[in-house]
Amino acid sequence: MSAPSDKHAVALEVNGREYRIAVEPRRTLADALREDCGLTGTHLGCEHGVCGACTVLVDGAPVRACLMLAVQAHGRPIRTVEGLAGMDGALHPLQAAFHEAHGLQCGFCTPGFLMLAVGVLEREPDIGDAALREILSSNLCRCTGYQNIVAAVRAGAARMRRSTGHG
Amino acid sequence: MKPAPFRYDAPATLDETLSLLAEAGEHGKLIAGGQSLVPMMNFRLARPGRLFDLNGVAELDFMRVEGARLRIGALTRHAAFHRPPCEGPTGALLAEVVRHVAHYPIRQRGTFAGSIAHADPASEWCLVAATLDAEIVARSRAGERVIAARDFFVASLATALRPDELVTEVRLPVLGARWRTGFCEFARRAGDFAIAMSAVALRLDAGIVREARVGVGGVEDRPSRQPAAEQALAGRPVSPAALAEAADAAAREVKPMTDLHADAAYRRHLVRTTTRRALERAAA
Ligand SMILES: Cc1cc2nc3c(=O)[nH]c(=O)nc-3n(C[C@H](O)[C@H](O)[C@H](O)COP(=O)(O)OP(=O)(O)OC[C@H]3O[C@@H](n4cnc5c(N)ncnc54)[C@H](O)[C@@H]3O)c2cc1C
Ligand code: FES
Ligand code: FES
Repeated sequence: MSAPSDKHAVALEVNGREYRIAVEPRRTLADALREDCGLTGTHLGCEHGVCGACTVLVDGAPVRACLMLAVQAHGRPIRTVEGLAGMDGALHPLQAAFHEAHGLQCGFCTPGFLMLAVGVLEREPDIGDAALREILSSNLCRCTGYQNIVAAVRAGAARMRRSTGHG
Repeated sequence: MKPAPFRYDAPATLDETLSLLAEAGEHGKLIAGGQSLVPMMNFRLARPGRLFDLNGVAELDFMRVEGARLRIGALTRHAAFHRPPCEGPTGALLAEVVRHVAHYPIRQRGTFAGSIAHADPASEWCLVAATLDAEIVARSRAGERVIAARDFFVASLATALRPDELVTEVRLPVLGARWRTGFCEFARRAGDFAIAMSAVALRLDAGIVREARVGVGGVEDRPSRQPAAEQALAGRPVSPAALAEAADAAAREVKPMTDLHADAAYRRHLVRTTTRRALERAAA
């Protein structure tokens, strides 16, 4: 039987690329992304599920990466903020909207908000205002006062609909 | 913070999981959604020596109506209730209540049965289970037993489950068309745990209450039915006076806790309000 500190071989499929890593079971997905894959765009604030800075997409759904173990993510498609911009560096429509609408100040919360919003808008491109605000209340921002985040996500949603031809 | 070290197993079948639980005894812990357990492990409030991951046990991933019961398998996520999981008042109540359970990303992983097993006094699902007389199906290598919600919740974060037992499913009654349900929660922010909340179900016949279930949560160390409030309604027309009397009865009978979120007197006040509003929503 294995010892608690034995490492498990884990294959993480992040932004379409495979990372073969060896981690203790207690390694959270957030730490594995940052420490083992070198993807430090995913931020850690509270490490207990409250702030949402660590939000990433697993199987297309936004989840708290600090509350999932890396071993649980083996073989499942993961997307992080590093995967949003195009190969040529062109910003994702939502990133562009955050830039233009001043949806960020210090930027600490931004990767989490971007992944939350991308995950929701890809599933529900026509989501209503009230439902969108309720979902954005999942994450914390200590700078912006949220109004510009809401405005940025709304503007980004319109751009995403245009770029995917949804009307 | 980071969790203390533990051994990890990801069983593929229920039998395998039950064997692991039996062999590990006090050191073993199940992880379902991980949305309560991992925060506690990150804080090192929980330090299980062994962790058994339910997520690969496909036979526990189901939700279906059978007869007059909604059977909610252990791997049913909170997000599965974003749409009513069955017709009628039970489905409507669940789809209403889920919007108060944590936040959207947490609902993608957290499970209904995990909430029941965790037994937080402020858990919405625990309140629904207590109010609707849910049956909790517990399995161990020794066999299966069905535990009524009223016997299941023992105290804050304490249940009738033994360490070698696993909740395979929770069964809720699919209430018929004569029933009306209502829910009201007070929390400081959207997605926070309730400081007080009420869930009610009324069976009406020509405007007369034939049967009433009034449940209160977030107030005592476990969710409770409120018999005095239920009696205040039985046999009476759904008038504002009857609803107010029932709400008063609930507020009078509860034994509210004081914690850093609210003191007992404030919670008692809130119970009156959340109960009245839940009843008004049911009667509307
Ligand atoms: C920021 C935040 C806000 C939250 N807000 C709320 C809220 O408002 N309302 C609310 O109700 N919850 C809230 N939660 C908790 C969340 O709903 C959890 O998902 C839920 O309490 C536990 O379900 P889980 O599947 O995640 O269980 P886990 O965290 O995996 O497990 C919790 C406990 O239950 C045991 N367990 C799990 N499944 C079983 C099973 N099938 N049989 C036996 N034991 C089992 C585990 O061993 C563990 O002891 C919040 C969580 C966070 C992080
Ligand atoms: S770091 Fe994960 S929610 Fe705060
Ligand atoms: S921009 Fe600073 S926390 Fe949100």
